[in-house]
Amino acid sequence: MGVQKSVSRLDAVQKVTGTAKYVEDLILLDALHVKVVHSTIANGTVKGIDCSEALKMPGVVTVLTCFDVPEHLYATAGHPLSLDPNHADIKDKTILSARVRYYGDDIAAVVADTPLRAQLAAETIKVEYEELAPMLTPEVALGGDALHEACPDNELARMDFEISPEGNVSFERKRFSSDAVIAGRDDLKGEQYHVPPVNACHIENNCCFAYMEGRRMVVYSCNQVPHTLRRNVAEAIGMPLGDVRVIKPFMGGGFGNKQDTMYEPLVAFLSRKLGGRCVALVLTREETFVNTRTRHGMDLTTVTVADERGKITKKALRINSNGGAYAAHGHAVAAYAITNCFQTYIASELQLGESSTAYTNLPPAAAMRGYGIPQLAFAMESQMDDVALAHGWDPIEFRKWNMHRDGFCDPFDKFIVRSYGLESCIDKGRELSHWDDKRREYDEFNRSSKDIKKGIGMALFSYKTGVYPIQIENAACRIVMNEDGTAQIQVGATELGQGSDTVLCQIVSEFTTIPENRLTLVSAQDTDIAPYDNGAYASRQTYISGNAAKKTAMILRSKLLEKASLMTGVPADELTLKNEHATVESTGRELCSIADICSYFNFVNDLKTDTEHITAEATFTAKDICFSYGVSYIDLEVDVPLGKVKLKKVYSVHDSGTILNPQLAAGQLHGGIVMGLGYALGEQMLFDQKTGKPLNNNLLDYKLPTAMDVPEIETHFVETYEPSGPFGSKGLAEPPLIPQAPAIRNAILHATGVPIYKLPMNPQNLVHEFIRANLIKS
Amino acid sequence: MMKIINMVVNGKPAELAVEEGESLTDTLRNRLGLTSVKKGCEVGECGACTVLIDGVAKNSCIYLSVWADGHSILTVEGLRTEDCELHPIQKAFVEEAAIQCGFCTPGLVLTGVELVNSGKKFNREELREQISGHLCRCTGYENILNALERVVGKNS
Ligand code: FES
Ligand code: FES
Repeated sequence: MGVQKSVSRLDAVQKVTGTAKYVEDLILLDALHVKVVHSTIANGTVKGIDCSEALKMPGVVTVLTCFDVPEHLYATAGHPLSLDPNHADIKDKTILSARVRYYGDDIAAVVADTPLRAQLAAETIKVEYEELAPMLTPEVALGGDALHEACPDNELARMDFEISPEGNVSFERKRFSSDAVIAGRDDLKGEQYHVPPVNACHIENNCCFAYMEGRRMVVYSCNQVPHTLRRNVAEAIGMPLGDVRVIKPFMGGGFGNKQDTMYEPLVAFLSRKLGGRCVALVLTREETFVNTRTRHGMDLTTVTVADERGKITKKALRINSNGGAYAAHGHAVAAYAITNCFQTYIASELQLGESSTAYTNLPPAAAMRGYGIPQLAFAMESQMDDVALAHGWDPIEFRKWNMHRDGFCDPFDKFIVRSYGLESCIDKGRELSHWDDKRREYDEFNRSSKDIKKGIGMALFSYKTGVYPIQIENAACRIVMNEDGTAQIQVGATELGQGSDTVLCQIVSEFTTIPENRLTLVSAQDTDIAPYDNGAYASRQTYISGNAAKKTAMILRSKLLEKASLMTGVPADELTLKNEHATVESTGRELCSIADICSYFNFVNDLKTDTEHITAEATFTAKDICFSYGVSYIDLEVDVPLGKVKLKKVYSVHDSGTILNPQLAAGQLHGGIVMGLGYALGEQMLFDQKTGKPLNNNLLDYKLPTAMDVPEIETHFVETYEPSGPFGSKGLAEPPLIPQAPAIRNAILHATGVPIYKLPMNPQNLVHEFIRANLIKS
Repeated sequence: MMKIINMVVNGKPAELAVEEGESLTDTLRNRLGLTSVKKGCEVGECGACTVLIDGVAKNSCIYLSVWADGHSILTVEGLRTEDCELHPIQKAFVEEAAIQCGFCTPGLVLTGVELVNSGKKFNREELREQISGHLCRCTGYENILNALERVVGKNS
């Protein structure tokens, strides 16, 4: 089949028949089970742990406490190794910790023969604390008692800059304030936006297990970046890389949360301590909420000044990002967010950015689908509508006057836009959603309707695919031919539901003409076998790993043709592959099949020919990057007295370059859109403000969208050709989430005239705003 | 205290000793190896553990195994037609790309089978309600609804 076709997922039948095995399904029968003892304070120190009772409980094998673990610090971010020590991930984690940094921090671990017995024993453990007041926001934490020795003021990192009108960036640390005025610039008063932390809520909870084979440690984990996990585990428990083998089987979603190293060092450490026995840890949903990673809560202050022609002259943005208890990705998420603000729209005179990430006593925040841009987009795209409204401009036109264009040179990463579908996306969405008619019609309707208000809003985004040049972007692929002309494809790229296995297979099929049903992509990554890949993040699997598959398939094709030439005497440059046959290009005459070639070279026994097991392998290194674009138009109704938003329809139009599998690509849009709707309307992690205790870490109190919350969705692709992507493709998995919250916010603004500055836009928050705006008489 | 229970699981009689407090999810997964029964919350919020008990979709994580004594259980492992083909619901899930990570899939397929067996037809809004006990974080439900509509939709 090949690319640009809706090939069915390779794993679809396995998944509907229940034969797809996930980590928990593979735990060895005689495994021991871990229950982690979590702190019941948010900030302080463990003074003592009494496990005497636990040790006497039936089935208990051992209890590990924070006083028994190695002191050296390791990093947990799922990033490739940075050879530049200045860009290395922060090492601030130990396997368990006596210094408690958030409510639920890991202070001890019970190992028993069953999960239940481990849990019962864990409940008997008594902990003595020295407690400090929780610092839940950057405002409180900055300048408070240090949470990590290496970071005395709790400011994890800063990135401040000014971009000159010529596009030169100067990094300079500015004064930082938390009020609406950008520090030192009294002329720049901004609007403040607030977004809460949220959770990825993949339906498979995080889990892992480890056991030893001789001197080697085998770790199973639902992790998006197996090669990085191997490095982090080796570092955490002090083993050579080659002695650690990470296996990633099927994964029940990840969305960035499974990019980081979580409890793998703990189970590996315990396994080694227990003579290599299998030690397993399956988190509960409550733990997955609190003890993995979150999307950063942020306060964003943004200024957009435009002249009378609608051209933006000044732009400033300050981000205060709540990093939580451990660095994880450090400042990378906030840095991604703040730079994007100056990539999407350009100001002619002044462009000023200030960003800070703080350690606080909340669960650690890190990567989640969109990597800071959903937060930024909410502030930036809301403000675009507010400025347009204040001046009486059409919000779409105002955006068009200021957004970057084809040929734009990114001030930070210095790459040039060579595929640009943003304007077409805007126009297509405008037409599909009947924007112009509805804007008029709803204005009319709202004049006479008191309680029910109708609105249509839009928002757009630009989003980088992959993270080159900030980090190395590379991936490898290996194709191993079998003697019947079928092949095994080995990749380090990880399938977590997004469909990368299928697309990579399509790419190989395209070059080799071997149909997908005669190709096997080894879906489980085993670091003993899978070639290196940075893993699944930054919407990079099709774009980067796809290029690796392409490069490898092209090498394989040449190899097969050379062999065919040796067999037939026809020069290789006159041959091509067609229908799995070496074919004379000019006449179309089939000479021999791929099966003939592979079989011959594997088994020929003529006393002169060297046999060959035909394989190909290649590593792709990115030297370029691109933007994906898209826009969301949302049609909705607001029941003002109830503060209830009823979504009528979402129109989502995207430029992700050439679409390699239309059906799977549409699925990515659906999922991303709905995750964005959840972010907009209901999701938030709540914590007791006095104690830092999580209040809604379960799927009943945390409002994940159900099928009943989802409106009709219409998706459309504007296809462009990106020269740096395989077959012209660009990233797709993260972007659809980004514009949903601001599009809803702008539709509410259109409906009610009330600007909202805070997520989620749930009835509670909306009623509050409507009362303030006098729409509801209190 | 262990108890002996008798069930019919995927068409086969099973006599098992189970703990009194054991959930049907754990029994099916750990004692019978039916790992298609997934765990997303273990408190009845996500639907990943759905099985059919005497043809009715239930969250097996909040169903004690001792209650299953004398009943018939179906998981997707048991869902094959006589000639070992996929069930029409499974086929529709494959063809409509209603699967991404696949973790919610077995549960949703079984709810789909329950709808098929009801003999009724449903419009899209009714289908939304019927599957609202299942959380899927990947698909936005869109293709799942398309798949179900193909088999039990008003116009199918
Ligand atoms: S695991 Fe049973 S409903 Fe979630
Ligand atoms: S496909 Fe991943 S949760 Fe539904």
